[in-house]
This record gives sequence, structure tokens and C-alpha cells, in this order.
Amino acid sequence: MFDKAYSGKRLDRDDALALFNSDDLFGMGKAASFIAENLHGKKVYYTRNRHINPTNVCVNRCKFCAFSRSAGEDGAYAMTIGEILARLAATSSPFSELHIVGGLHPDWPFSYYLDMISEIKKAYPRIQIKAFTAVEIDHFTKLSGLGLRGTLSELKSRGLDMLPGGGAEIFDSNVRGRLCPEKIPAARWLEVHEAAHTLGIKTNATMLYGHIETYEDRVDHLMALRALQERTGGFQAFIPLSYQPISGAIDVTRYPSGIDDLKTMAVSRLVLDNFPHIKAYWIMLGEKICQTALYFGATDIDGTVVEEKIAHSAGASSAEMLTTGEMINLITKAQKEPVERNATYEEVSI
Amino acid sequence: MRLALHPERVVTFIVDRNINYTNVCVNKCSFCAFYKDEGDEEAYIIDEGVLMEKIRETISLGGTQILMQGGLHPALDLSYYTSMLQKIKKEFTINVHGFSPPEIAYMAAKAGLTVRDTLAALKDAGLDSIPGGGAEILSDRVRSAISPRKINTAAWLQVMREAHLLGMRTTATMMFGTIETPEDIAAHLEAVWRLQAETGGFTAFIPWTFQPGGSPLGRTAGHATAADYLRVLALCRLYLDNVDNIQASWVTQGIKTAQVALRFGANDFGSTMIEENVVKAAGVAFMVTKNDIINAIRSSGFKPAQRDTFYNVLNYF
Ligand code: SF4
Ligand code: SF4
Repeated sequence: MFDKAYSGKRLDRDDALALFNSDDLFGMGKAASFIAENLHGKKVYYTRNRHINPTNVCVNRCKFCAFSRSAGEDGAYAMTIGEILARLAATSSPFSELHIVGGLHPDWPFSYYLDMISEIKKAYPRIQIKAFTAVEIDHFTKLSGLGLRGTLSELKSRGLDMLPGGGAEIFDSNVRGRLCPEKIPAARWLEVHEAAHTLGIKTNATMLYGHIETYEDRVDHLMALRALQERTGGFQAFIPLSYQPISGAIDVTRYPSGIDDLKTMAVSRLVLDNFPHIKAYWIMLGEKICQTALYFGATDIDGTVVEEKIAHSAGASSAEMLTTGEMINLITKAQKEPVERNATYEEVSI
Repeated sequence: MRLALHPERVVTFIVDRNINYTNVCVNKCSFCAFYKDEGDEEAYIIDEGVLMEKIRETISLGGTQILMQGGLHPALDLSYYTSMLQKIKKEFTINVHGFSPPEIAYMAAKAGLTVRDTLAALKDAGLDSIPGGGAEILSDRVRSAISPRKINTAAWLQVMREAHLLGMRTTATMMFGTIETPEDIAAHLEAVWRLQAETGGFTAFIPWTFQPGGSPLGRTAGHATAADYLRVLALCRLYLDNVDNIQASWVTQGIKTAQVALRFGANDFGSTMIEENVVKAAGVAFMVTKNDIINAIRSSGFKPAQRDTFYNVLNYF
């Protein structure tokens, strides 16, 4: 089953399915590590980043989103640009990547987002801004009337460096209809990312797994991403997101096992042969599975993540942040070589 | 190897309750976040009524064992323990898994009895089996650094040997991730292997990692990561070919890493831990029910089974 991987041949849909159905966890880990080492040697990347979630007010109110609120509801908040800048100024540890995602605020005009990016860039010209999921970008097109390309190039001209990979969830339309009917359809998600890529904006991609989807759905999701990447080459990292059951959400109380997490990591590495990185996002996986994932093809563990709100409001039990020392320890103890990067995977040390 | 010993892909667990009868301890180990001095506000000795109620609850939750452990309290003597055991046994049918070797050695010293006579007295009073705690690392170099007042390697092994000779089964543990070297871990495994070859009294081996939160040692010693844990666990499985069962420690590793451990050699998920004061004091608290454990085992691709203290399967799920 792993011959193709070792000889550099592309895995097809059936191969990918067979891998998900296989019990050969260690075989998968070995093959995935082989691919990862071919690409990056022993290097595993991390970054110093900071999250800003400018508002939790959202017109979508997706069922599984524990973060969002309706306008006026208890706990709803919306930051002014001044407040965002003040928060950044108050961040004591240096960071090279700023991650901005939030709700779809009913009252904010497109110009608010443009000003937000320009003001941040003016104050911090060297920090890379990774902001706005495809869901938000789609929302902006309705505000701006500029179309997808027009909207994205405005944002880029103000200093947007990258798009994060959120909002992909699972592409299959049936599952998507049950899981998050409020969200843009899969085709639109792919369209936003394709448009970004053609404008030279790099992006990430995600997949939320372990809820009501099947292995087939996971494979189809990976195949769609691989096909787009083949055309554009604009994806930097793929981030499999392990589902966390939360109260009041869709009626799924199970969660993927640690074994499934590792398997999904390895299959992703093997199938997405044209993606530079597979990321083990420690906020969702916890530090322990995140570290173990480094033996299953992951070559990025994300970052220090100061002030993460979204996963933690969904009950993520991971720490609120990791220090660089902790990240380096985690990577080194997995016998890998820690490399600090910025948002676009340039090696940096700040 | 795991599959060779347990080809049926069953993963067992026990429904039990950990009862810490006192937190007063004269040993003051540097890695321990649990102990208090006798005069401390939070110092306690369990009230008999509370103890009985906890056992009643355990039985009503389907529990088959209580794990009795506590500090080395200077004011409690052997008769306290034997009468506690007698009362429990008079009222309930439950397996008492209790008193790790440091506690037994301390009782013996205070009573001026040999370890064997102490064990025999406890056994007579109703003690069924002995947990393998207090082993930490069976290397006197490490022990004298991290828990200088605790019994040494030879004494720990001697308590276990005597217990086995009296026909009592015990577990063995290893706590790593403090200051030990790979040689210390190898020495620990060799010591356990040898005693097992001699007596066959160990039911299971339980490696776990030092939990740094809240203890004096936590300020200086590093964290053992998941990679360390899984590697050591696999080594334990391979080295201890004469010990039937290797237990994954979800209490210290989290459920997901414990699931992964099932593929690194573990075949037992430990206990549903209705109560776990010692680890909780170090800031690791996982709320887990029997159903969570069953689901966690099943979603890892194994068949969950409830067991008794001696690893006999009681029922499959
Ligand atoms: S997931 Fe995103 S789009 Fe959906 S409600 Fe939450 S913030 Fe809004
Ligand atoms: S580990 Fe045990 S012997 Fe050591 S201080 Fe804590 S309770 Fe006492």
C-alpha cells in the first residue's frame, strides 16, 4: 500500500480510502514521515503569533460555533480599531504573525476592515497579517460590491498577507448541510481561495473531521484541495481539525480518538503531496497529540497563539498559550529540529 | 508483543475509587503536591462515616475495588489500619487494593514488626492486594535526590516480595520524567523483571510521568512529553515480557494519548477513578465516567471490558 508513497507516485482516491480503513498506524506514520523528511528534513516549524478576534457578533450563528453571539446578546463584543491597536501594544512578547478572524458583524462596513488592516500595518510594518477566512471574505464581497478579486486586491493593497484556512469544515454538501448550513458552500470556499492564489495571496486549508462525516467525505475533501493546489500552488499548509463535542451544538457527542487524529495526519501528508506543510494545530489537538503527530507527517505546530478565543470557547482543554521554550522542547523531544518561521514560512528569529 | 499476549484486542478497565485516607505525610517528597504537615489547615484524616459512604457509592456505581492510599501519618498506627480494614470488610464485599510499600514499611517500623508480620496482619484484617506506588524510579541515586525520606529500592522490592510470598498480588509503577537517565529506567525494569521471575506476583505494570504542577520539584525538573511517554511505555511492554498487563495512564496523559498508548503496548485503561486527589492536586483533572472510558476504548478500535483487580474480565461492552 505504501509503495506509491515511497516511490513518489500520487495516491488516488481508492488508495486514500484504503489508508483510512487500514489499521497499519505505524506503516502510515513511517510513510508520512518519509514524505515529510523528503520535503523538510528533520525541520519542524513554529511561529510566534498572536490572535485577534475583533468581534464575536455574527450574523451566521452556525450551530457548532460556541464563540459567536448575536448583536446585543450577553457577552457580545466588538472592538474598535483603537482597541485592537491597544491590545497589540500591550502584548509583551514579540510576534511575527498576526491572525485575525472573527464574526460577520451586521453593522461593520467593508471600509472598517480595510482601515483595520492599514492601521495595523502602519503601526507594525514588519508583522505579517494572516486574516479573514473565506466565510468572511465572501461576506465582504456583499459589502464592497467589488466582486471577489476586487475585494481581495483591496485588502491586499492595504497590507493583508495571507488568508487562514478556516471555514472549510467538510466539503461534502450533505454533511455540510447538516453540520453548518449557515456557511458558504464548498464551491464558494474553493473559489475564494483560488481567487486569492491568483492574486498572489497564499492561504491555508483546513478540514474539520470526526463528527458525522465518513472516510469517503474526508478523502473527497482532500482530493478537492489537492486539485486546486495543482492549478494554483497557493496553499501553504493543510490543517486537519479534530472535532470537539460541545454542548448545545450538533447532536454529536463522540470525538475522534487519538489514533484517528494521528491517522488523519498521516493520510493527509500522504495524499496532499503538493502541499508544503501539514500542520498539527496544538490548540485543537492538545500538546501531547500535537507532538506525537510529528511522527505522522506534521511539519508545523503553529505558534505561541497569544489570546486564542474561538477553540477555547468551544471547550478546547489545551493551554491558553505555549511559550517558545515549550514549543522548542516539544519539537526537540520528538527528535526534530525546531525552526522559527513567519507567516509565509521564511525562517526568522525575532 | 502486546498482540501476542492479548490477541483478542480487548482493552480492560476497572471501576473503582481512589480513597486518600490522609494527606498528612512525613516524607515530603519533592515531586508530591498532595502532602500536608500535621498542623496544616488542610490536613485531614478521613472520617469513618465519609469513608463508608464513599465505599457504598462506589459499589452502587458498579465499583469492584477501592484503592486506599495516603500519606505517612505519624499519629496513625497499625491498629488504625487493621480496624479500618475490618470495618470495611464487615460491611461490604469489595476488593481493597491498598497501601503502597512506603506506607507498609512505615507501619511496620512504627509497630516494631517485620514487613512480613505487618503484611500478614493487614491481610488478616482484609487487605486483598497492594498497589505499586512509591516505586518512582528504583534507582537509589534518583530516590535520594527526589524523595530522600522514602524507602530505598531494596526495601520497596522487599515489601513486594513478602506480599507475593504471602499470596497477595500487586502492581508495579514507574514514575519518570524527573532527573533519571535511561540507565535508571533500565535498572528499574530489570529489578521488576527479576522479582517477577522470582515470584510472579505482579499483575500489571503502570508507567506514568511526573506531573510538575504544584510540587517543589516541578519548579526545576522538565516535563516528560508524549513522545517520551509513548517510547518508554513501548519499552516497558517489550522489556517486561513476564508481566501480563501494561496500563495506560489517562489520568496523567489525557484520554487521547492514552488511546494512542494502546497501540504502543498498553492493554489496560486503568480505572474510572471516581476520585483522584493526589494527581488532582498537581492540576491534572480529567472528568471521566465509565461511559467515556468505554467509548474511548471502542473508538480506538478495541473491545472494552470491565475487569476486577486480578484482571479477570467481568463483562464486555
Ligand atoms: S463559525 Fe464563523 S461564521 Fe459561523 S457563527 Fe461562528 S463566527 Fe460566525
Ligand atoms: S509521594 Fe507519598 S510518601 Fe511522598 S510526600 Fe507524597 S504522600 Fe508522602
